[in-house]
Amino acid sequence: MPISFDKALGNLPENLTLYGQRSSLLASNLANADTPGFKARDIDFRSVLAKAGGTQISLKTTQGAHLGGASSAMSEATKLYRVPIQPSIDGNTVDTQIETAEFTKNSIRYQSTLAFLNGTFKSLRLAIKGE
Amino acid sequence: MSLLDVFDIAGSAMSAQSVRLNVTSSNLANAQSAGGSEETTYRARHPVFSAVMQSLRGNNASVGVKVDGIYTSRGKLQQQYQPDNPLANEEGYIFKPNVNMVDEMANMISASRSYQSNVEVLNTSKQMVLATLRMGQ
Repeated sequence: MPISFDKALGNLPENLTLYGQRSSLLASNLANADTPGFKARDIDFRSVLAKAGGTQISLKTTQGAHLGGASSAMSEATKLYRVPIQPSIDGNTVDTQIETAEFTKNSIRYQSTLAFLNGTFKSLRLAIKGE
Repeated sequence: MSLLDVFDIAGSAMSAQSVRLNVTSSNLANAQSAGGSEETTYRARHPVFSAVMQSLRGNNASVGVKVDGIYTSRGKLQQQYQPDNPLANEEGYIFKPNVNMVDEMANMISASRSYQSNVEVLNTSKQMVLATLRMGQ
Protein backbone atom coordinates (compact mmCIF):
# COMPACT_ATOMS: atom_id res chain seq x y z
CA MET A 1 0.00 0.00 0.00
CA PRO A 2 1.61 3.26 -1.07
CA ILE A 3 1.97 6.07 1.45
CA SER A 4 0.17 9.25 0.40
CA PHE A 5 2.42 12.04 1.59
CA ASP A 6 -0.25 14.66 1.00
CA LYS A 7 -2.61 12.87 3.33
CA ALA A 8 0.11 12.23 5.88
CA LEU A 9 0.85 15.94 6.17
CA GLY A 10 -2.80 16.99 6.39
CA ASN A 11 -3.41 20.70 6.03
CA LEU A 12 -0.22 21.64 7.88
CA PRO A 13 1.60 22.98 4.78
CA GLU A 14 -1.39 25.22 3.95
CA ASN A 15 -1.44 26.47 7.52
CA LEU A 16 2.26 27.26 7.34
CA THR A 17 1.85 29.27 4.13
CA LEU A 18 -1.08 31.14 5.57
CA TYR A 19 0.76 31.99 8.80
CA GLY A 20 3.70 33.21 6.71
CA GLN A 21 1.44 35.46 4.64
CA ARG A 22 -0.27 36.75 7.73
CA SER A 23 3.06 37.62 9.35
CA SER A 24 3.95 39.89 6.42
CA LEU A 25 0.49 41.51 6.64
CA LEU A 26 0.90 42.14 10.38
CA ALA A 27 4.42 43.46 9.79
CA SER A 28 2.93 45.92 7.27
CA ASN A 29 0.50 47.10 9.93
CA LEU A 30 3.26 47.56 12.49
CA ALA A 31 5.52 49.31 9.99
CA ASN A 32 2.79 51.82 9.20
CA ALA A 33 1.93 52.60 12.82
CA ASP A 34 2.81 56.28 12.21
CA THR A 35 1.57 56.68 8.63
CA PRO A 36 -1.37 59.09 8.35
CA GLY A 37 -4.50 57.52 6.86
CA PHE A 38 -3.22 53.93 6.96
CA LYS A 39 -5.84 51.30 7.73
CA ALA A 40 -4.75 48.13 9.55
CA ARG A 41 -5.71 44.90 7.79
CA ASP A 42 -5.87 41.26 8.73
CA ILE A 43 -6.99 37.91 7.35
CA ASP A 44 -10.12 36.22 8.68
CA PHE A 45 -8.12 33.17 9.60
CA ARG A 46 -10.93 30.89 10.67
CA SER A 47 -12.88 31.12 7.42
CA VAL A 48 -9.77 30.65 5.27
CA LEU A 49 -8.67 27.69 7.34
CA ALA A 50 -12.13 26.14 7.14
CA LYS A 51 -11.89 26.42 3.37
CA ALA A 52 -8.40 24.91 3.32
CA GLY A 53 -9.04 22.11 5.78
CA GLY A 54 -12.71 21.33 5.35
CA THR A 55 -14.47 20.76 2.08
CA GLN A 56 -11.89 20.99 -0.67
CA ILE A 57 -13.13 23.21 -3.46
CA SER A 58 -11.49 21.97 -6.62
CA LEU A 59 -11.94 22.80 -10.26
CA LYS A 60 -14.45 20.78 -12.19
CA THR A 61 -12.74 18.34 -14.51
CA THR A 62 -14.67 17.66 -17.69
CA GLN A 63 -12.07 15.37 -19.26
CA GLY A 64 -10.01 12.56 -17.87
CA ALA A 65 -6.76 14.29 -18.85
CA HIS A 66 -7.48 17.44 -16.83
CA LEU A 67 -5.40 18.22 -13.79
CA GLY A 68 -7.27 18.93 -10.61
CA GLY A 69 -6.94 22.60 -9.67
CA ALA A 70 -4.77 23.47 -6.74
CA SER A 71 -6.43 24.41 -3.50
CA SER A 72 -7.68 27.93 -4.02
CA ALA A 73 -8.16 28.79 -0.36
CA MET A 74 -4.99 30.84 -0.15
CA SER A 75 -5.72 33.03 -3.13
CA GLU A 76 -9.14 33.73 -1.71
CA ALA A 77 -7.72 34.95 1.58
CA THR A 78 -9.52 38.25 1.58
CA LYS A 79 -7.94 40.93 3.65
CA LEU A 80 -10.35 42.71 5.92
CA TYR A 81 -9.97 46.02 7.70
CA ARG A 82 -9.59 45.95 11.44
CA VAL A 83 -12.21 47.76 13.50
CA PRO A 84 -10.24 50.34 15.49
CA ILE A 85 -10.73 50.69 19.23
CA GLN A 86 -9.15 54.12 19.33
CA PRO A 87 -8.99 55.63 15.84
CA SER A 88 -6.57 58.53 15.68
CA ILE A 89 -7.35 61.91 14.19
CA ASP A 90 -5.03 61.42 11.18
CA GLY A 91 -7.09 58.42 10.00
CA ASN A 92 -4.62 55.76 11.12
CA THR A 93 -6.24 52.67 12.64
CA VAL A 94 -3.11 50.76 13.70
CA ASP A 95 -3.04 49.82 17.38
CA THR A 96 0.58 48.85 18.02
CA GLN A 97 -0.26 46.75 21.08
CA ILE A 98 -2.88 44.68 19.27
CA GLU A 99 -0.65 44.21 16.23
CA THR A 100 2.35 43.18 18.35
CA ALA A 101 0.21 40.68 20.26
CA GLU A 102 -1.22 39.27 17.03
CA PHE A 103 2.22 39.05 15.47
CA THR A 104 3.60 37.17 18.48
CA LYS A 105 0.60 34.83 18.48
CA ASN A 106 1.00 34.27 14.76
CA SER A 107 4.70 33.44 15.09
CA ILE A 108 4.05 30.98 17.93
CA ARG A 109 1.40 29.27 15.82
CA TYR A 110 3.79 29.18 12.87
CA GLN A 111 6.48 27.56 14.98
CA SER A 112 4.10 25.02 16.52
CA THR A 113 2.80 24.11 13.06
CA LEU A 114 6.41 23.67 12.06
CA ALA A 115 7.00 21.43 15.08
CA PHE A 116 3.99 19.27 14.14
CA LEU A 117 5.27 19.05 10.59
CA ASN A 118 8.69 18.03 11.83
CA GLY A 119 7.09 15.34 13.97
CA THR A 120 5.20 14.03 10.96
CA PHE A 121 8.39 13.89 8.92
CA LYS A 122 10.12 12.09 11.74
CA SER A 123 7.42 9.41 11.94
CA LEU A 124 7.35 9.07 8.14
CA ARG A 125 11.10 8.53 8.13
CA LEU A 126 10.72 5.99 10.91
CA ALA A 127 8.10 4.15 8.90
CA ILE A 128 10.25 4.19 5.74
CA LYS A 129 13.43 2.99 7.44
CA GLY A 130 11.60 0.52 9.64
CA GLU A 131 14.28 0.68 12.34
CA MET B 1 8.28 33.56 0.18
CA SER B 2 6.17 36.00 2.11
CA LEU B 3 8.20 35.71 5.29
CA LEU B 4 11.12 37.32 3.52
CA ASP B 5 8.89 40.31 2.67
CA VAL B 6 8.80 41.05 6.39
CA PHE B 7 12.48 41.96 6.21
CA ASP B 8 11.77 44.62 3.56
CA ILE B 9 8.74 45.96 5.38
CA ALA B 10 10.37 46.19 8.81
CA GLY B 11 13.54 47.56 7.20
CA SER B 12 11.62 50.35 5.48
CA ALA B 13 9.89 51.21 8.75
CA MET B 14 13.20 51.26 10.60
CA SER B 15 14.77 53.60 8.08
CA ALA B 16 11.70 55.88 8.18
CA GLN B 17 11.78 55.99 11.96
CA SER B 18 15.48 56.76 11.95
CA VAL B 19 14.82 59.70 9.61
CA ARG B 20 12.23 60.89 12.12
CA LEU B 21 14.72 60.54 14.97
CA ASN B 22 17.30 62.42 12.90
CA VAL B 23 14.91 65.32 12.26
CA THR B 24 13.91 65.41 15.93
CA SER B 25 17.53 65.59 17.01
CA SER B 26 18.24 68.47 14.61
CA ASN B 27 15.17 70.28 15.98
CA LEU B 28 16.33 69.78 19.55
CA ALA B 29 19.88 70.79 18.69
CA ASN B 30 18.70 74.01 17.07
CA ALA B 31 16.05 74.88 19.64
CA GLN B 32 18.10 77.83 20.84
CA SER B 33 19.63 78.97 17.51
CA ALA B 34 18.55 82.59 17.38
CA GLY B 35 18.34 84.56 14.15
CA GLY B 36 18.11 88.17 13.06
CA SER B 37 15.06 87.89 10.80
CA GLU B 38 12.03 85.67 10.13
CA GLU B 39 13.70 84.15 7.05
CA THR B 40 17.09 83.23 8.47
CA THR B 41 15.91 81.68 11.74
CA TYR B 42 15.69 77.91 12.05
CA ARG B 43 12.18 76.44 11.90
CA ALA B 44 11.07 73.09 13.26
CA ARG B 45 11.07 70.27 10.70
CA HIS B 46 8.82 67.22 10.62
CA PRO B 47 8.81 64.15 8.35
CA VAL B 48 5.66 62.92 6.58
CA PHE B 49 5.24 59.17 6.16
CA SER B 50 3.22 57.37 3.52
CA ALA B 51 2.48 53.72 2.86
CA VAL B 52 4.23 52.25 -0.17
CA MET B 53 3.62 48.95 -1.93
CA GLN B 54 6.70 46.84 -1.30
CA SER B 55 5.88 43.88 -3.50
CA LEU B 56 2.81 42.46 -5.14
CA ARG B 57 2.63 38.71 -5.38
CA GLY B 58 -0.76 37.31 -6.21
CA ASN B 59 -3.21 38.44 -3.60
CA ASN B 60 -0.54 39.07 -1.01
CA ALA B 61 0.54 42.68 -1.09
CA SER B 62 3.04 43.88 1.48
CA VAL B 63 3.02 47.51 2.43
CA GLY B 64 6.14 49.30 3.65
CA VAL B 65 6.74 52.89 4.68
CA LYS B 66 8.53 55.70 2.93
CA VAL B 67 9.34 59.24 3.96
CA ASP B 68 7.31 61.44 1.63
CA GLY B 69 9.18 64.55 2.58
CA ILE B 70 10.18 66.79 5.41
CA TYR B 71 8.08 69.88 5.88
CA THR B 72 9.13 73.01 7.69
CA SER B 73 6.78 74.24 10.35
CA ARG B 74 4.98 77.49 9.50
CA GLY B 75 4.28 78.29 13.14
CA LYS B 76 5.07 81.71 14.53
CA LEU B 77 8.62 82.35 15.72
CA GLN B 78 9.21 83.66 19.20
CA GLN B 79 10.45 87.23 19.33
CA GLN B 80 12.62 88.44 22.15
CA TYR B 81 13.68 91.97 22.94
CA GLN B 82 17.47 91.90 23.20
CA PRO B 83 18.79 95.20 21.82
CA ASP B 84 22.38 94.44 22.84
CA ASN B 85 22.44 91.14 20.88
CA PRO B 86 24.54 91.49 17.69
CA LEU B 87 21.78 89.62 15.75
CA ALA B 88 19.01 92.03 16.79
CA ASN B 89 17.11 93.90 14.06
CA GLU B 90 16.46 97.67 13.99
CA GLU B 91 13.73 97.42 16.64
CA GLY B 92 16.03 95.41 18.91
CA TYR B 93 14.31 92.04 18.50
CA ILE B 94 15.86 88.64 17.85
CA PHE B 95 13.94 85.56 16.64
CA LYS B 96 13.95 82.18 18.35
CA PRO B 97 13.01 78.92 16.51
CA ASN B 98 9.44 77.62 16.85
CA VAL B 99 10.66 74.28 18.23
CA ASN B 100 8.33 72.86 20.87
CA MET B 101 10.50 70.89 23.29
CA VAL B 102 7.61 68.79 24.63
CA ASP B 103 6.50 67.85 21.10
CA GLU B 104 10.04 66.89 20.17
CA MET B 105 10.56 64.73 23.25
CA ALA B 106 7.26 62.93 22.59
CA ASN B 107 8.28 62.43 18.96
CA MET B 108 11.63 61.06 20.02
CA ILE B 109 10.10 58.50 22.39
CA SER B 110 7.48 57.48 19.81
CA ALA B 111 10.11 57.03 17.09
CA SER B 112 12.37 54.96 19.31
CA ARG B 113 9.46 52.72 20.43
CA SER B 114 8.34 52.17 16.84
CA TYR B 115 11.90 51.37 15.84
CA GLN B 116 12.19 48.84 18.66
CA SER B 117 8.94 47.09 17.77
CA ASN B 118 10.11 46.75 14.16
CA VAL B 119 13.41 45.27 15.31
CA GLU B 120 11.38 42.79 17.34
CA VAL B 121 9.33 41.86 14.26
CA LEU B 122 12.51 41.39 12.27
CA ASN B 123 14.09 39.15 14.90
CA THR B 124 10.98 36.98 15.23
CA SER B 125 10.73 36.59 11.45
CA LYS B 126 14.38 35.64 11.29
CA GLN B 127 13.81 32.90 13.83
CA MET B 128 10.79 31.68 11.86
CA VAL B 129 12.74 31.53 8.61
CA LEU B 130 15.66 29.74 10.25
CA ALA B 131 13.30 27.21 11.85
CA THR B 132 11.71 26.61 8.43
CA LEU B 133 15.12 25.97 6.94
CA ARG B 134 15.74 23.30 9.55
CA MET B 135 12.44 21.56 8.77
CA GLY B 136 12.66 17.79 8.40
CA GLN B 137 16.15 17.44 9.85
